Amino acid sequence: MPDQLMQLLFSGLTLGSIYALIALALVTTFNITGVLNLAQGEFAAIGSLLAISLYAAGIPSTVAFILSIALVAMLGGLLERAAIYPARRASGLTLIIITIGLSISLRGLALLIWGTETYSLPAFTKGGPLFIGGAAVNPQSIWILGLAILTLSLLYTFFELTYAGKAVKAAVVNRTAARLVGINPGTVSFWAFMGSGALGAAAGIFIAPVTMTTYDMGFMLGVKGFVAAVIGGLSSVGGAVVGGLLLGVLESYCAGLVSSGLKDALAVIVLLAVLLVRPQGLLGVLGERKI
Amino acid sequence: MHKSLRITGLTLLTTLLLIIGALAGGCASSQNNSGSAGQAKEQAGEPYQLGAVIDISGNSSSLGVPERDTLLMLVEKLNRAGGINGHPVELTILDNKSEETEAVLAVKKLIEKDVLAVLGCSSSGPSMAMVNIVQNAKVPMVSMAAASSIVEPVSERQWVFKTAQSDIVTVKKIITYLKAQGLTRVAFLSMNNTYGDGGKAAFTAAAEENGIEIVVEEKFEASDKDMTPQLTKVKASGAQAAVVWAIPPSASIITKNFRDMGLSIPLIHSHGVGNQKFIELAQGAAEGVILPIGKLAVASQIPDSDPQKKVLESYIADYQAKYNTLPNSFGGYAWDAFNLVVAAIEKAGPDRAAIRDELEKNTSGFVGISGVFNMSPADHNGLGVDSMVLVEVKDGKWQLLE
Repeated sequence: MPDQLMQLLFSGLTLGSIYALIALALVTTFNITGVLNLAQGEFAAIGSLLAISLYAAGIPSTVAFILSIALVAMLGGLLERAAIYPARRASGLTLIIITIGLSISLRGLALLIWGTETYSLPAFTKGGPLFIGGAAVNPQSIWILGLAILTLSLLYTFFELTYAGKAVKAAVVNRTAARLVGINPGTVSFWAFMGSGALGAAAGIFIAPVTMTTYDMGFMLGVKGFVAAVIGGLSSVGGAVVGGLLLGVLESYCAGLVSSGLKDALAVIVLLAVLLVRPQGLLGVLGERKI
Repeated sequence: MHKSLRITGLTLLTTLLLIIGALAGGCASSQNNSGSAGQAKEQAGEPYQLGAVIDISGNSSSLGVPERDTLLMLVEKLNRAGGINGHPVELTILDNKSEETEAVLAVKKLIEKDVLAVLGCSSSGPSMAMVNIVQNAKVPMVSMAAASSIVEPVSERQWVFKTAQSDIVTVKKIITYLKAQGLTRVAFLSMNNTYGDGGKAAFTAAAEENGIEIVVEEKFEASDKDMTPQLTKVKASGAQAAVVWAIPPSASIITKNFRDMGLSIPLIHSHGVGNQKFIELAQGAAEGVILPIGKLAVASQIPDSDPQKKVLESYIADYQAKYNTLPNSFGGYAWDAFNLVVAAIEKAGPDRAAIRDELEKNTSGFVGISGVFNMSPADHNGLGVDSMVLVEVKDGKWQLLE
């Protein structure tokens, strides 16, 4: 039994770090622009599919990964200019609806380019699973967890410890005041979408060897990432990671100890519970701000 | 402050609703992959309308795509050779996106088009969803899916036939193997859908009859990314073998998880993994997997005396010439469905009831890709245990085991 619990924990941490990565990207855009980008999962799907195609075309894996991250970052910036920027004065809800539209269009685009097939990438490091405390751990899981931790520390440093990070956060709290002290919210929003595109693509590439990739995988990722972000409090990068890991581990224990059929429902139940009991999230301090 | 929190909560709830709306919207707005082929040739005769509902996109697309390709190839070939008794065939292929509701909409559309018969679907759930519609409209339907409940009980399924080997046939093959190897305590894992449930029902019944004990029974979703939680139960149970009832990609993921966890008991899959994609996606983890499969996958290894050998080789040659890749058993199901219907129309003419009677009463010794079909009023699948062979995955290829 302890073996089993251990195995479920590691399996949950793998899933959880996937959710955490998407949640991190969501929180970043939200922090900087006040927009909840529900097309975030699609960035991951397209980044992963691009990397797989480039890799299949014979480009060395590292180059293929960097290239596809850069391309998706550009896509993110392009979409911001094309769809978000013109509507920048609209209400938060309108912007969310725009990102839903973007997500559906991107999924359609991926369907046209890559079709309905399932694709996969080889694992980053060869070799079998590691055994920790009687539980098998896939080396790729460690890569994913590593990426989540790295991203978390970079984002934390940026938002909390640098002047620029504080400045972009200020742009959300009060646009006019930010403008008065020389911050251009439009430019900041552009960079935020570039960043979240890059982060989404990186997440997609890291998880491809474990989850495999289809044109429509972004949707479920987006939902789980959103739930993770809300659990964590939406504006806190640490909260996003905690929320993601918590959701993954809960799902894993639920599937392993209760019933695997209940697993997907759990995400929504947890989301509702958090919203009703603690709407500011586990780590969040949510003041008056635009969603 | 308190009020703003409430508003925030409300907005987040609205967002959740929007997401759910996006799911529905996303489904409705993705492309309707319909294609019709074969109208190029105008001949003396009025064209015969046939319809097909295939899982071209969605979770079962690895089944549906080779089926669509096979149908397109066959209809082109048939029309080039002059069609059915001088009538060209017009085949309308609709995509059901691997969903039950889409399948129902598609089959209604086809019936409105006055098709003589409907081919499809690729997987069991959507096929089951179409059964009532064709029963009421009295249109012959030939499914390419596995669950035996699609054609049983025949008294309520007079208009429905199917070409894929039933789960009962597959289960018999697996049970025989387990008994021969002396494996009596097994774990059973299945997808949470009609295909998985059909396999589970058939396996549970047959295991009980044959003194095999199922020590763990677990399910997983078609879209699941990690089945380690289910497999930890298998590991703890001391099962001597694991039987998995699934199709790729989830079948490939569970195989990867199985190897990653260092489980060393034999892993037996169903015929749902009978395509190269399964091996490809499992990335080496498929080595050593044992499964029952139609003879197509091992056509070059079966003896020349086998009645199917010639049909198999000609299908492989045609398919390779057109698509430059090997066909798989799912394409084979489509081959059988198409040719059974064409043979029936040839004799019965363009009349739905006559085609149904012809399919049921006069299909005997029909040599197809999935086996030799002998339909009867009691059996609308018509395949026996001899239609399958056991194979093992070796060096990324299917190796005949017997």
